[in-house]
Amino acid sequence: MSLEISGITKAYGGLVVLHDVSMTVGTDALVGLIGPNGAGKSTLFAVVSGFTRPTAGTVRFEGRSLDRLAPSARVRLGLARTFQVPREFQHLTVLENLCAAAPRQSGERLWTLCVRPGRVRAEEEAIHQRARGWLEFLNLARVADARAGTLSGGQKKLLELGRVLMLEPRMVLLDEPFAGVNPVLIGEIAERIGELHRRGIGFVIVEHHLQALSALVKDLYVMDRGAILAQGSPQAVLADHAVREAYMGGVA
Amino acid sequence: MLEYLLAVGVIAAIYLLLTQGLNLQYGFTGLVNFGHVGFFAAGAYASALLTKAGVPMPLGFLAALAAGAALAYPVGLLSLRLRVDYFAIVTLAFSEAVRLAITNEKWLTGGVQGIPGIPALAGGFGVPLSNSMAAFLLLVAANVAVVLATRRLVKSPFGRLIQAIRDDEDAVAALGKNPGAYKVQIFVIGAALAGLAGAFYAHYISYIVPDQFVPLLTFYVWVAMILGGTGRVSGAVVGTLVLMGFLEGSRFLRDAIPGVSEVEMASVRIGVVGLALILLMLHRPGGIMGDYTSK
Repeated sequence: MSLEISGITKAYGGLVVLHDVSMTVGTDALVGLIGPNGAGKSTLFAVVSGFTRPTAGTVRFEGRSLDRLAPSARVRLGLARTFQVPREFQHLTVLENLCAAAPRQSGERLWTLCVRPGRVRAEEEAIHQRARGWLEFLNLARVADARAGTLSGGQKKLLELGRVLMLEPRMVLLDEPFAGVNPVLIGEIAERIGELHRRGIGFVIVEHHLQALSALVKDLYVMDRGAILAQGSPQAVLADHAVREAYMGGVA
Repeated sequence: MLEYLLAVGVIAAIYLLLTQGLNLQYGFTGLVNFGHVGFFAAGAYASALLTKAGVPMPLGFLAALAAGAALAYPVGLLSLRLRVDYFAIVTLAFSEAVRLAITNEKWLTGGVQGIPGIPALAGGFGVPLSNSMAAFLLLVAANVAVVLATRRLVKSPFGRLIQAIRDDEDAVAALGKNPGAYKVQIFVIGAALAGLAGAFYAHYISYIVPDQFVPLLTFYVWVAMILGGTGRVSGAVVGTLVLMGFLEGSRFLRDAIPGVSEVEMASVRIGVVGLALILLMLHRPGGIMGDYTSK
């Protein structure tokens, strides 16, 4: 079972952002995706999650073509994502943020809300409990009742991870989970991701923080100018001359 | 004096229904509706025409709700394809289209001559009261019902989701939910409330013409909502009462300022209302009750 990206090209007019990108990642994988700014990493995430239509190419998840599916439908298949800039529901509390993510809520349909209030209440109880469990796991229980907009950058990253976990995903695309996060919290987030991977969730992680990333993942892809430049173990990839050339301008 | 106070109360209560509808759409869901008056007009004409044709008034009111909702559905679908500001312009154009349609479809609406002799509320609902007293009490009942229903709704999972949509629609889609479906539902509900307000208006005032349904009315509703605090049930109530207090109370300015003619007074009045609003917003940018950002 895997996420198969094949022949993805994305052009905005004459500007080719992704050029014939192909990669296959097992749904139980823990892989990193690195590359300089403008390499096309976020665009690739946008294509895979359905927010951007590719010019050419297809994406399949667990054997099923995603090409014609809206972002929300892809999530329901178990493929979730977070955003580079956290997109918390800033005026809801942290707990409400997680609860809002719970799938298939009968309390979100006006009809059941009116005719089956008891069922909605019981469901809410269960959702709250699950949300509190994840907040505990992510060390956010202290701020459960704070408005999400008041959290620090790192806490917002954790909140987004928590929201995604409420979806019970098979695989998660994380867009820069360590960006703007203090070193202590980076270690904490990385440790949580590792634990979730051991519990069976696959991750594809776009990240610039190479040190934390290479300690976490087993497999690393490098993108440059819209194409995959290299792939392999973090040690091997980071030693690669072409990668150094592209990523660090040959300085290192 | 009682008649006068009742008249002010009835108009305020009609505005309150409109404000509550808009508050659901904009305050809780983030839908910018600049065409509220179009749904208000649809409700007024639907109930007026049907009751004049002999349909019982309660059915006329249901038809007003349905007219607002039915018109809102296609407009709401547009909100799925348009960004916030573009949708706002479309709704404004929609309400003007409604006004022009009722102005020109003379065979149905009487054109600029309007519809006179609309059956009174008291008779229509069989209450042994004066028309304004009946209108006032029914409107208070309707508003209380809407306040209570809204309070429950916004605390439910459905309410949580529409507020999440207001904060970040794409993030809602990234959670596997379809924000569009919820936006359309809320848009329809808000418009149905406007339709209901229209029916009250028509049967209270007994005579409707297209000129009563100009965009200015929509913007009074916006002012009321912002004044009280968007995205708060109490904000809609307080904002509407304060705005109506301003608009009505400024009538008495003439007694306070001598040497101003009748015509000049009309301009002074609007000026004073505007100044009061500016001062209030300067000192309380979130509105009197504070908006949803300050809960």
